[in-house]
Amino acid sequence: MSTTLMRWRSLAWVLPALVLLLVFVYYPIVDNLRLSLFSWNAFSVAPTFVGLDNYRTAFHDPIFWTALWNNTVFAVVSLVFQVGFSLVLAALLEEFVHQRLRGILRTIYFIPAVISITVAGILFSFLYNPEIGLVNRLLGAVGLESWQHSWLGEPSTAMGSIIAMSQWQSIGYTAILFVVGIQRIPKEFHEAAKVDGAGPIRRFFSVTVPMVREMTTLIIILTVSGAFLVFNEVMVMTAGGPSDSSQVLGTWLYRNAFLNDDMGYASAIATVIFVITLAIGAVQIVVSRRRRIQW
Amino acid sequence: MSASSPTPTPTPTRQTKASPTLAMTANTPAVGRSTRAARRFGARAMRLAGWLGLALLVVAVLYPLLWMVFSSFKSNQEVFANPWGLPGKLRWGNFGRAGSAGVVRYFVNSVLVTSASILTTVLFSAWSAYGLVRLRVPFGGAILGLLLGGLMLAPTVALIPLFGLLQQLHIYDSYWALIVLYTAFRIPFTTFLIRAYMIDIPPEVDEAATLDGCSPTQAFWQVILPMCRPILVSAALLQALFAWNEFVFALVFISTGDLKTLPVGLMDMQSRLLTDWPVQFAGLTMAALPMIVLFLIGQRQFLRGLTDGIGK
Repeated sequence: MSTTLMRWRSLAWVLPALVLLLVFVYYPIVDNLRLSLFSWNAFSVAPTFVGLDNYRTAFHDPIFWTALWNNTVFAVVSLVFQVGFSLVLAALLEEFVHQRLRGILRTIYFIPAVISITVAGILFSFLYNPEIGLVNRLLGAVGLESWQHSWLGEPSTAMGSIIAMSQWQSIGYTAILFVVGIQRIPKEFHEAAKVDGAGPIRRFFSVTVPMVREMTTLIIILTVSGAFLVFNEVMVMTAGGPSDSSQVLGTWLYRNAFLNDDMGYASAIATVIFVITLAIGAVQIVVSRRRRIQW
Repeated sequence: MSASSPTPTPTPTRQTKASPTLAMTANTPAVGRSTRAARRFGARAMRLAGWLGLALLVVAVLYPLLWMVFSSFKSNQEVFANPWGLPGKLRWGNFGRAGSAGVVRYFVNSVLVTSASILTTVLFSAWSAYGLVRLRVPFGGAILGLLLGGLMLAPTVALIPLFGLLQQLHIYDSYWALIVLYTAFRIPFTTFLIRAYMIDIPPEVDEAATLDGCSPTQAFWQVILPMCRPILVSAALLQALFAWNEFVFALVFISTGDLKTLPVGLMDMQSRLLTDWPVQFAGLTMAALPMIVLFLIGQRQFLRGLTDGIGK
């Protein structure tokens, strides 16, 4: 009997974590589903039940689609850079640079990842500044005046500029993850390939790429779900503008909730984000489970 | 995402079916002199391209940051007239002006919220990790599942209900709002990180302590926690990085200007001091520097936490 009692008492160990998790993470997410079925704002006394109307609104809202599209573009560009470019970078670092310098380079490349997106965002909005920003000055210096833009001020370039900043910030972070993956490849594989006469490019595609597949999968998942949760970058650099051209789901949610005062609609957008990230999470679980069986 | 070895050394693992080396044949019969020379030339060109790429990236990464630091010492005219170069003289006054424009206030707020959330997050996470690893907590599996699920839930989705919830709890627009949320949302990751480390501590260690008359609580404080020091440092550093840079919650749940943390405060400042570039750069430098320094000091612990938490 006393052992049962002791077992129950041991719940006290997980209680603080569990309570915080249930109250501040799980409950709000479930409550969001309920709230998305009502029409209400911060001041409304009684929300009115409208069923799926908020979702219908989203469906007919062109800016919602712009936002979803921007998130998708963000995901695709990030995939190419974070997976393709970072992997090449990591392989270069690990198989090409000597020990000493390797550590220094790794450190340098990682630095942008430790500064806040606000700092990076404001810094880049200075770089993108049409009159004095370095991007335009650089283009002017090499005679490409025709390429100059008011980068964050034009609908056609705003989103791209934000995405570019984000790549600057996260490439080192992803590269470090790939470095860890590469370090787990047994040395013999590369040595054997070398003996077989495979050059560095051949070794990259035949040894490195297949051997870091798990890390690649993980990075793909992290990158894609990150791209659908983007908020800070856009908020700091354009707040969704000009004329909503750089709106993403996160900022469109924020705008509707706290500026347009349409909490119900904002909750519906939140649900869409939830469903997308949940789907990505489900893929992750399936993939990691398969991996565990393989081991 | 869970599991195994606390040591930072990468463990060579498993043989995959695609053992690539075997597939490649060594067919290199007598290569002619000219092709060999061509190959050597190609290799050299490739090395050059490799170095060039790495160097370019160093410039691309460091230049904006150095530009930020240099510009923070310039005068406004200098920023416009000479944006590329070094500052003519070091105008430390820019930092003073940034400080009084709010940065000091934001800085203090960030320090408070960050350190409080490090304490609570690491403590509660280590606590629950111990319970899950060593004591047979009822529904341990289900609780672990809840934690795992928590890893996937995004702050943005919870934003609107939290807005009401924090108001009902009377902690909206206070440090507590941020401390509580930074703790709750980071408990899953931190618990998994610490748990993976604790699993590898042999059970005999705390069993011996209990045999010597320690309660589990005493064993936790006196034996297990000290042994977990390396991973606790990693967890604390990653929490510092998270809390120092967090933006969404700080934007939505703090409305009083004096309570704002750096990420949101800087954005505020940007719209207030639109034309005073050097002061803004000074503010950015002050916000970025602590994390860069912390990272440079605790690099190994940083990366250990990152890769243990993610890669296994």
